[in-house]
Amino acid sequence: MTRTASPAKSGSGPRHNSTLDLASRTVREVNQLLHDADGGAFLIQNPRGLHAIAAGLDGDFDVTIDGHVGYYCAGMNKGGRVTINGNAGTGVAENMMSGRVHVKGDASQSAGATGCGGLLIIDGNASARCGISLRGLDIVVKGSVGHMSAFMAQAGSLVVLGDAGDALGDSIYEARLFVRGQPKSLGSDCVAKSMKDGHKAELRKLLDAAGVGGEVDVSDFRRYGSARKLYNFHVDNLGSY
Amino acid sequence: MCGIVGLFLKDSKLEPDLGRLTAAMLSEMCDRGPDSAGFAVYGSETPGITKICAVAGDEAVAWQKVAGALAEAVGAEVAVEAIEDHAILKTKGDGEVARKWLIDNVPAATVLSQGQSIEIFKGVGDPDRVASRLKLAGRTGSHAIGHTRMATESAVTIAGSHPFSTGEDTCLVHNGSLSNHNRLREQLERHGERFQTENDTEVAAAYLTWRQREGDTLEQALERSLSDLDGFYTFVVGTRDGFAVLRDPIACKPAVMAETDEWVAFGTEFRALSGLPGIDGARIWEPAPATVYVWNRAA
Repeated sequence: MTRTASPAKSGSGPRHNSTLDLASRTVREVNQLLHDADGGAFLIQNPRGLHAIAAGLDGDFDVTIDGHVGYYCAGMNKGGRVTINGNAGTGVAENMMSGRVHVKGDASQSAGATGCGGLLIIDGNASARCGISLRGLDIVVKGSVGHMSAFMAQAGSLVVLGDAGDALGDSIYEARLFVRGQPKSLGSDCVAKSMKDGHKAELRKLLDAAGVGGEVDVSDFRRYGSARKLYNFHVDNLGSY
Repeated sequence: MCGIVGLFLKDSKLEPDLGRLTAAMLSEMCDRGPDSAGFAVYGSETPGITKICAVAGDEAVAWQKVAGALAEAVGAEVAVEAIEDHAILKTKGDGEVARKWLIDNVPAATVLSQGQSIEIFKGVGDPDRVASRLKLAGRTGSHAIGHTRMATESAVTIAGSHPFSTGEDTCLVHNGSLSNHNRLREQLERHGERFQTENDTEVAAAYLTWRQREGDTLEQALERSLSDLDGFYTFVVGTRDGFAVLRDPIACKPAVMAETDEWVAFGTEFRALSGLPGIDGARIWEPAPATVYVWNRAA
């Protein structure tokens, strides 16, 4: 099987120096080709819900995926800018280190799970456990997120323009949550907090980065975070052990 | 793991393609459930005739002989169509009486379904091979549900494969595990439900049969199951003219749905739906937790 990329695609829009068709190549081959390259612009066609597409990018990449992807798309991304023209399955951009991942449709469970850095933008909704165990990644969801989002989130931000499901921010550490709509319920040790000027500026920056700064008012959001009551052992809780 | 696929046709023009489309969907879910597979197909009804699907266990079953004895038991003729290790017994007699008679009198066989429309086939081994051996691709009808199994709660046997059906024209497939199935099985047995396995999913199927016999609609029965069934589940349910989906409140088990003017489809993963005609223009969504989705065919 050849690893030579197809000729450059001409025409309008971003220039792709390689078009990779998953109808004729395996995900393994496409990912290996990306891993062997230092960077570049790639268009991936016919993803058909396949798993782990463009996982493990490391470098200056612009990758566009034309269609719906399966699990763990753009996982572990380091520096790549990945655009998904469709929906994403479980664990999109999981454990991402840096760069940007943009889902034009909806994302399934555990979007951005354990992400360490960079920006994940979801134009539609994200389902359960969005940003679970977040460790520094910023996530902007233009729709709503499902239950148990930001569970045990340690650092980074989750911005939700719509509503949040049950148990938002359960057992949260120091991640910052901004929700414009209504959380169905807050998880254990997660509380509403005041929005100071610094928080508004930070939120504005995230909304600008997600391309919606001009159309969304930061005053419409509430901030949520840790009450820090689960940080230390309380002797009153001894009976629970 | 386990993989589920379901296809409910709204446009009868696609009915000749039901089996082919379902087989392609099931094939995508092979790696989620490589130990066994099964499928239910709704179609080819003959007025007044009940079809009873059964499968032989380790030893062959003399289906003609069984049909003769069953005919006496139900007081009506029984025709046999043998397909590999399966048989479809067709009779004007009472389907529920026939099902119970077969369970009591033909221990070498497992009864898979009974009803006017439903036909269930199951096999152990690679799902693609099961589908090909039992000729899924050539089957026609209005809706179908398929399952690829990775066993967790009971043995890898034909009897333990999905779909499970205990009541007329109703079947259920399950990804997950139930934790209160033993107690519930005892309760359902007291309500007259008849079980053939130790499998947790059979209990969920019997629960729906019991509730519907008590007068619940499929939707009501599923709503009630949210409080009576404990555990992890994504269910897909078929009835003679209906199709339903339910996920537990935690929604651990994956699910994606798509709908066009021609069909409604369910897949454990999107790749199961990716080959359906018109998928590019379909509405695609993830079913919400603890929410009953039901489609019914216009009478």
